[in-house]
Amino acid sequence: MLLSIQNLHASINGKEILKGVNLEVNKGEVHAIMGPNGTGKSTLASVIAGREVFDVTAGEILFKGTNLQKLSVEERAREGIFLGFQYPVEIPGVSITNFMRTAVNEIRKYKGLDPLSGGEFIRFMEERKKLVEITSNLTNRSVNEGFSGGEKKKNEIFQMAMLEPALAILDETDSGLDIDALRIVANGVNKLRRPDNAFVVITHYQRLLDYIIPDFVHVLFQGRIVKSGGKDLALELEEKGYDWIKKEQEA
Amino acid sequence: MVQLFSRHRQQIVSCDTPGMSTLRDQALESFLKLGFPNTKMEAWRQTDLTECLARGYDYPVERMPEEDTQKVFRCNIPHLDTAIIGQLNGWYVSKDVPLMELGNGIIMGSLAEAKKKYPELVEQYYGTVADSTSEAFTALNTAFAQDGVFIYVPDNVQSPKPVQLINVIQHDENLFLQSRNLIVVGKNARLSLVHCDDSYNHQASFSNIVSEIVIGDNAFMDHYKLQNLNNSSTLITTTCFRLGAAASLESHYLSLNGGLLRNNIRLHFNGPHGIANIYGIYLMDGKQHIDNQVFIDHAHPHCTSNEMFKGILDEHARGVFNGHVLVRKDAIKTDARQSNRNILLTDTAKVNSKPFLEIYNDDVKCSHGSTTGQLDNEAMFYLRQRGIGEDSARMLLMFAFADEVVGKIAIPQLRQRIEDMIKKRLQGELQICEACVLHCSTPEQPVEFYIDLSKI
Ligand SMILES: Nc1ncnc2c1ncn2[C@@H]1O[C@H](COP(=O)(O)OP(=O)(O)O)[C@@H](O)[C@H]1O
Ligand SMILES: [Mg+2]
Repeated sequence: MLLSIQNLHASINGKEILKGVNLEVNKGEVHAIMGPNGTGKSTLASVIAGREVFDVTAGEILFKGTNLQKLSVEERAREGIFLGFQYPVEIPGVSITNFMRTAVNEIRKYKGLDPLSGGEFIRFMEERKKLVEITSNLTNRSVNEGFSGGEKKKNEIFQMAMLEPALAILDETDSGLDIDALRIVANGVNKLRRPDNAFVVITHYQRLLDYIIPDFVHVLFQGRIVKSGGKDLALELEEKGYDWIKKEQEA
Repeated sequence: MVQLFSRHRQQIVSCDTPGMSTLRDQALESFLKLGFPNTKMEAWRQTDLTECLARGYDYPVERMPEEDTQKVFRCNIPHLDTAIIGQLNGWYVSKDVPLMELGNGIIMGSLAEAKKKYPELVEQYYGTVADSTSEAFTALNTAFAQDGVFIYVPDNVQSPKPVQLINVIQHDENLFLQSRNLIVVGKNARLSLVHCDDSYNHQASFSNIVSEIVIGDNAFMDHYKLQNLNNSSTLITTTCFRLGAAASLESHYLSLNGGLLRNNIRLHFNGPHGIANIYGIYLMDGKQHIDNQVFIDHAHPHCTSNEMFKGILDEHARGVFNGHVLVRKDAIKTDARQSNRNILLTDTAKVNSKPFLEIYNDDVKCSHGSTTGQLDNEAMFYLRQRGIGEDSARMLLMFAFADEVVGKIAIPQLRQRIEDMIKKRLQGELQICEACVLHCSTPEQPVEFYIDLSKI
């Protein structure tokens, strides 16, 4: 079991957003989380990543058997949790190269490995760029500064490829993408899929799931996972819309 | 102070031309009227000198012995080739050659000596740029200053390498010192000047440094002011620039340490099409205080000025920024920008920022802005989510913030060294200088975090 979430309750400024989430993710699996706007998908991702503005009021998150409660944001990341941001942050003055080199080497240090030398790092970066089909020289620019929506999302996938996480949570990495960018994002995920890692793909649309075939689909609604199923559930949602879920919940 | 002046008048005026002596007397009179500034005055409301002035100081009227100057003036930025001129406790350090005349007509050395040797040349400029009637510290300096540095670059001459002016304070008693610099860059000439203010020991000092800088038509000057003094030092600098037609200036104020620092920057466009970029970065902590006052007089049309001052303040540090751009009636097509941005790392650090435009004509492009805030939480989360530790993440963000200013340094070796110093400073490791400020403690060891790779 890679990730196991039990009865997770989380709130911000006293307002409860997650109201008892249960979710289990095994190595080698791809899970999709769907659901209408404002139901807590991004909150769930942030809470797993350890964002301090959210208070976990009940329940627990186990990652590789360890309770995450006491781990800082960076420790969780070094343990292998990656969050692809719905809204990647612009950081003027920090180049992607410096950013990634600092990140890669801090993670290596945490694992007791020697840092990559400048040359080794550049070679690794070029190889990863190729893998995720990034041709532009994004890497010399400041992190996300002045990037188009598509560039920002591709940059998230590139970072994921650099850090090779055990668990990648991609928060609406597909929204606002044209079909080419969508294909690059999906190919990136598919190429990085391995028996020992897992993906949680948060999305609004079934479209992405034509490219990334999920093993499980969950519907998050008002802070709870109210429905789980196979990839067909995504098609059903596409057809019937979220009103169907709403009605079912009200009934 | 005044008694001191009358007692030592003979000594103080010894190198003056008659014209300069008159200027001294007038300046002293002005100072007596003005007195030391206090917080009731608008320009000094945020900077209180009471405590600094209350400390007792020695006032050296005699040149002090030059001890072991070779040791004092070491500067080893790798591969930075500069012509070094030094001042120890306000006096030009001569190494027996008080004034150098280079083959290309460049003169540099002691101002006191220049007054004797080139009285007409000095008199033509001396006291014409700085205002000794309404500014107390300038008046005081004009009345008392005996030595300083004189640099003259004749018309059409390009100074072949940067000149580095190292101003060192090293004394066993508290010192009050006043030095005066005069720098003249002729028409079509070019000069790059690195001006360092350092202290070596922890003794208190009060420095009142006035520099007059005249930049001729179509000339270019690249100017750096580097400040790294101990916490009991007070440094008041007044630098007055006069720019000729189509002249351009790049000025960089890099303030890394100091007890109380006040930089008065006065710039007068004396002809059309001048360009001035003035950058400042200050990193203050403890109870350090920095006050930058910039006044730009757009007296002629088609001139461009750009001020960008950025600061990071920690603990109880105080920052003050006052930018005043005056656009006169005839100065059409003026392009003036002012920006001051600050990061406060604690609740107890404080900034007063007041960019101010005074415009008397419609045909201009002016902007000003000021922001003060904390490190960006979203950016912190983003960096940490990639496995970067909290300290490194803070460092990356602070360095990136500072680097917008440091990145403007045109001399690559100097930029590299300042970047290293800033990294050390941000990590709390930069000491005041053991020797020249640029000879920061361990030059061979690059500072460990990955910042400069973008240049690969
Ligand atoms: N920083 C925040 N402060 C206050 N409320 C927030 C914050 N972030 C999210 N919320 C609230 O939490 C709820 C869930 O938001 P979110 O997790 O972003 O939903 P989703 O990603 O499913 O669209 C929303 O009602 C939103 O307004
Ligand atoms: Mg969301």
